[in-house]
Amino acid sequence: MTQWIEIGALADIPRLGSRVVRTPGGNIAVFRTESDEVFALDDRCPHKGGPLSQGIVHNKRVTCPLHNFVIELASGQAVAPDEGCTHTHPAKVENGIVWLSVRQAAAVS
Amino acid sequence: MLDKVIKQKLVVIGNGMAGIRTVEALLERAPDLYDITVFGSEPYGNYNRILLSPVLAGEKTVDDIMLNTVDWYEDNNITLRKGETVNMIDRRTFEVVTEAGERVPYDRLLIATGSNPIMLPLPGKELPGVIGFRDIYDVDRMIKASTDYRNAVVIGGGLLGLEAANGLMKRGMNVTVVHLLDTLMERQLDPVAGGLLRKSLEERGMVFKMPAQTQAILGEDRVTGVRFGDGTELPADLVVMAVGIRPNFELAKKAGLYCERGIVVSDTMQTYDGRIYAVGECVQHRRQTYGLVAPLFDQAKVCANHLAMKGFATYDGSVTSTKLKVTGIDLFSAGDFAPGPDKEEIVLQDANRGVYKRIILKDKKIVGAVLYGDTIDGPWYFQHLRDGTDVSHMRERLVFGAANLGDGRVSGQNSVAAMSDETEICGCNGVCKGAIVKAISDKKLFTLDDVRAHTKASSSCGSCTGLVEQVLAFTLGGDYSAAPKVKPLCKCTDHSHDDVRRVIVEQQLKTIPAVMRFMEWKTLNGCHSCRPALNYYLLATWPGEYRDDQQSRFINERVHANIQKDGTYSVVPRMWGGVTTPSELRAIADVAEKFNIPTVKVTGGQRIDLLGVKKEDLPAVWADLNDAGMVSGHAYAKGLRTVKTCVGSEWCRFGTQDSTGLGVKLEKFMWGSWTPAKVKLGVSGCPRNCAEATCKDVGVVCVDSGYEIHFAGAAGLHIKGTEFLTKVETEDECLEVIVALTQLYREEGWYLERMYKWCDRVGLEQIRKRVVDDIANRKALFARFAYSQQFAQTDPWAERASRGVDRNEFAPLAELELA
Ligand SMILES: Cc1cc2nc3c(=O)[nH]c(=O)nc-3n(C[C@H](O)[C@H](O)[C@H](O)COP(=O)(O)OP(=O)(O)OC[C@H]3O[C@@H](n4cnc5c(N)ncnc54)[C@H](O)[C@@H]3O)c2cc1C
Ligand code: HEM
Ligand code: SF4
Ligand code: SF4
Ligand code: FES
Repeated sequence: MTQWIEIGALADIPRLGSRVVRTPGGNIAVFRTESDEVFALDDRCPHKGGPLSQGIVHNKRVTCPLHNFVIELASGQAVAPDEGCTHTHPAKVENGIVWLSVRQAAAVS
Repeated sequence: MLDKVIKQKLVVIGNGMAGIRTVEALLERAPDLYDITVFGSEPYGNYNRILLSPVLAGEKTVDDIMLNTVDWYEDNNITLRKGETVNMIDRRTFEVVTEAGERVPYDRLLIATGSNPIMLPLPGKELPGVIGFRDIYDVDRMIKASTDYRNAVVIGGGLLGLEAANGLMKRGMNVTVVHLLDTLMERQLDPVAGGLLRKSLEERGMVFKMPAQTQAILGEDRVTGVRFGDGTELPADLVVMAVGIRPNFELAKKAGLYCERGIVVSDTMQTYDGRIYAVGECVQHRRQTYGLVAPLFDQAKVCANHLAMKGFATYDGSVTSTKLKVTGIDLFSAGDFAPGPDKEEIVLQDANRGVYKRIILKDKKIVGAVLYGDTIDGPWYFQHLRDGTDVSHMRERLVFGAANLGDGRVSGQNSVAAMSDETEICGCNGVCKGAIVKAISDKKLFTLDDVRAHTKASSSCGSCTGLVEQVLAFTLGGDYSAAPKVKPLCKCTDHSHDDVRRVIVEQQLKTIPAVMRFMEWKTLNGCHSCRPALNYYLLATWPGEYRDDQQSRFINERVHANIQKDGTYSVVPRMWGGVTTPSELRAIADVAEKFNIPTVKVTGGQRIDLLGVKKEDLPAVWADLNDAGMVSGHAYAKGLRTVKTCVGSEWCRFGTQDSTGLGVKLEKFMWGSWTPAKVKLGVSGCPRNCAEATCKDVGVVCVDSGYEIHFAGAAGLHIKGTEFLTKVETEDECLEVIVALTQLYREEGWYLERMYKWCDRVGLEQIRKRVVDDIANRKALFARFAYSQQFAQTDPWAERASRGVDRNEFAPLAELELA
């Protein structure tokens, strides 16, 4: 069963930007697209662990600030020609509030 | 009162296609800059030399092909000295000397003397009745001969020879074409296409003697025949030599200008003498000479830009295509079609339809094409050739052409042909196909820029450029060709950096979405390459108006610190000119201890780097540094970084000026400014150059008599010593020149293009002219920089440490304690 946790107001995440949520298993980056969709990913690039939350967000992708891997927000997959995948976590917006469901995988890695 | 400004004098030698095209373009850009005098040996206004062939063939009259009549020169206050030849250029006195011995002074000179037909050094070549094919005079003589005589021999089976032969045949003469090789037009055609061409010309009555070498021209008072190497003879009353052209550079050479196969010019169309420009068939550019108009027009445009002193355009060479202008014969050729081991060819031959097509591929790209009988796809292949498109995905069907591929975008020519005149081509300016076609035919336009200038089509966002080019190609046939495409800014758009910068200004675009919408970006919000670029362009174009878009900043510029490999940050406070104080050092030491900063390191930019700061500590670290009077060193910025100095006359026994003081002054004036890429300065107190100023973006070397300003150095991935810009006498002048230089770079540089690359692209002379020579322009640049500094010189650290700017950036959204 999905357990939703309220993490804050959508308005506190900039459009085409991101904020981090601290968890004991590491940071989770919560992204907001131009059309106010939200996505949550481990804040760790599959390449060398760069903080994806610090990257430039475009459409439904983010570019890692360290060496420019481009990651799909929905799947966590690196866009070809790069390879790799970052864990995703379910996230949603309801009445301006962002909800997150942390998948255990985050804590493991 | 004497309020009439004395204009500079521009003298043009050569009233031909390239010279006058340059003058036209110059008038558009700077109508009042020069008093212009044009010398032309021919007794006419300016005419379209290309169309001499249809005149000879009786399809057009001389009046039809006039481009600019004598009235045009008058209307534009140009002194036309037609029928007058220039005999000498006196570079010492800046004068040209006419045949009659008259001296005419110039401030700038444009040489556009075209070329001469090569006359083979055969016995009898001076006989009346032996002529070249170059100008109206030649055509007149040919027409006259065709009424008085019967037999013509044309020597040379190239484009020009065949057009001459065709014309004479149409005028009723018996024509034999003599060619040295066994393929006609061997420079443009392969043997198969050459054979097809020969066959169809023979069917029209042309006779060929090839391969054959002409040995002598026979006759007493007039030519009567031609003798060949094999001893045979042919009767002839007219001999046309069309074996090639030789760039006409005698005049330039005599004047001591450097010539090889033509007058050697730089990318800015300047000869080795900076006052003297040259364009057209008489020039050699990057080892190439050209004999077709399209490249000459490209040259003319660049040259005009520079003459207008607006110049930063460069000419990079052209790729050309050829079409034979013999009515009823369809033939197209472009690029390189010699066979080779690394090349692949695709051939289609349909003897029944008289069609032959050969496409040559190399590394998945089209490098050459020869089409005979069906040339409708010529421009389409040519477009892929110029663009260097990877065509491997359509290789199988490539030879059948655009229509068969359903290649919607580029099957253009067919679809353009099918479009009604009312179809709108340019959405920005509401220009329909009919208007463009009409302008092309009425105004005798040849290039995309012509069409832009006359119809405004494709002059705004440029997304219809492809279509307009197709309309051009369709209206002009193969005569149309263009310079290689420029590189797009990134994958999200086809537009170049220059296009984007220009359109931002022209259309007054003030937000990133507005630019993307107007210029029809292909992606929703761009990408990490174009967004920071657009953000910079808008910031530099609209100081005080544009609101910096934080989400389009690379992380370092968003959080004003440098991200490290572990996600922590480094903090580098400014130390003006590399000078610090005990209290600053104490504050740095305190901060390092208070926040457990693991590494404190001296940078190569003469200041101190605190490495390993956690993001959430940044505002507090800054607050402490701010309290001690320090501000951000912008060690992360595409902007002014450091000004490295030596101790100079203050302490050093060799010092000639106060290099430290000047460095501090420069840094205090320029800090906070955003630039296309990072900018680092250096100031050395004497030529021993301890501050290593001559490998910086801008470097000053002090000398007894003043300050030498150098720029465009680099010492990273590439090592490059600086270029000398100028020498000035005072600190104030030094500041003014450096600031103006930086502003020019801010206005013209492409995002991420370092100053040395910009200088490479634009040309040192161009920069010097606008920053050093043109003092009014220098002051204007300086003023624009100073204006934008009002908005730029706010310490980003203070804003964030104590004024709560961007607070969210540094704190987590939530902290979860998961079970
Ligand atoms: C018959 C023919 C057909 C052609 N067909 C095509 C074609 O289909 N497509 C194509 O792209 N190109 C074609 N060309 C080539 C094209 O016409 C030339 O490339 C172009 O005209 C060159 O321009 P220019 O200004 O360099 O030289 P020109 O147009 O030759 O102009 C040079 C002028 O300078 C004058 N001049 C020279 N020396 C002096 C002096 N010392 N003082 C004063 N005046 C001087 C000359 O009299 C001449 O008028 C053709 C050329 C010919 C002759
Ligand atoms: C593409 C090339 C380059 C990259 C990616 C690069 C990257 C960096 C980075 C990340 C830093 C900051 C280190 C920190 O966090 O404190 C830095 C600092 C520095 N780099 Fe480079 N650098 C490049 C080229 C150069 C070149 C060509 C030079 C010298 C000519 C140079 C000289 C310096 C200096 C002096 C500093 C210290 C900065 C200061 O005091 O402001 N770098 N560089
Ligand atoms: S550059 Fe000249 S003035 Fe400066 S420290 Fe070196 S020797 Fe002294
Ligand atoms: S040279 Fe510059 S980019 Fe390379 S490791 Fe050192 S600081 Fe980093
Ligand atoms: S760590 Fe993300 S691209 Fe290298």
